[in-house]
This record gives sequence, C-alpha cells and structure tokens, in this order.
Amino acid sequence: MPSRIEVQRLRELLAQGAQLVEVLPVEEFRGEHLTAAQNIPLKELSAETTGGLRRSSPVVVYCHDAL
Amino acid sequence: MSPRAACRLETLGFEEVYDYVEGKADWVARGLPTEGDREGERRIGQLARRDVATCALDERVGDVRSRVEASPYGFALVVAGDDIVLGRLRRAALEGDPDVRAEAAMEPGPSTVRFDLSPAELAERLDRRDLRTAVVTTPDGTLAGLMRREDL
Repeated sequence: MPSRIEVQRLRELLAQGAQLVEVLPVEEFRGEHLTAAQNIPLKELSAETTGGLRRSSPVVVYCHDAL
Repeated sequence: MSPRAACRLETLGFEEVYDYVEGKADWVARGLPTEGDREGERRIGQLARRDVATCALDERVGDVRSRVEASPYGFALVVAGDDIVLGRLRRAALEGDPDVRAEAAMEPGPSTVRFDLSPAELAERLDRRDLRTAVVTTPDGTLAGLMRREDL
C-alpha cells in the first residue's frame, strides 16, 4: 500500500535520493514541475516507461493536488 | 490521479512507493523550487495577506466585533480545527445581537480560491464577479489568507 506523505516527508526523501515522478500530462509538466521530477503521465505508466526507474529505491509520485 | 499512479507502480514491482497527495499546487504555493515555462511565477498563496479577523464557531459575535474593527476588512472568517474555513461573519451579523454565537450568525461555506492561482488569474476572476476580495485556501480548505483586488 503506497504511503501518503506531506511536503516535509517529501523533502526528506528527496534529500535521501528518492526518485520523483509527475504523472500529469506532458503539457502540464512542461509548464511547471518540481525540480528534479521526471514525467511519466498516468496513462503511460507501464513496465516499459518505468524501465529507467530503480525498483528497489523509493519513488514518489504526485499530480496537481488532492482533489 | 496520484493514488492510482502509486498503486500502478506497486503492481509494476516498485518496493517503496510514496504519494505526495497535495501535489504540485502545494509545492508551488510554498514557494519551493520548480522548473518549466512557468518557473518563478508568483502565486497568490505567497502574496495573501494574513490580517483578516478569524473566530471560532462558539465565540460570541460581540467578542468578534472588536477584532474586525481592528482589521482592514468588514468581516470575519469562522474557522475550526487547523484554520479550516467554515463560514463568514458579515457586517450585518456583526452589528446584530452580540450574544449570538458565530455558528448561528455566519454565512456557511463562503467562496474561496485556490492558493496556486496566479495574480492575473485571480484578478480576472474578481473582475468577472465584481468582487474586491478573495479568501485564499489550501486544497484542504485551510485558510492561507486574503487577497485584495487593489493588491493584484
């Protein structure tokens, strides 16, 4: 079960080298994204598109907001 | 959207998956670093004024009145918990029976705007509805402050 985190925990994880993935469409990612994030839109999540991520290391996903 | 993405990553074999549920809106409004075409653009969450009077549900209207008079506005916001905005006490209510509780006198569910709007976006919204102020909240309804049209 994925853990829901808030900004403080996110910053800790990023400082420890966590991988950060924005799952919004590419247009929104190009407009603005968190520094160091990479973009894999939700509709494109697959074994192939996540092939560049380390499966044994923490990964954090985010979209626009909780709504 | 992100909960589904987090779940999908787990099904793909990722061992340690986290979901930053408040997302980009939260990050941006905190003024944390971003990249992209809108990088550096200011948001109303960073600009909102913190000088609006607030009160609890069970406070007497008469006790709230002095705080409103000391503020630049003619109203108070009724909040609960961690400053979740539940209502607004307008001038007419504040000038009424001083013994009435805020909960009974408030206008429930006042309109709010999200704190990651740009100043230009908010100005357009206010002008369209001929409003002079906007209550700014986080995505979970927590009061971030107030924006005045004249400050945009």
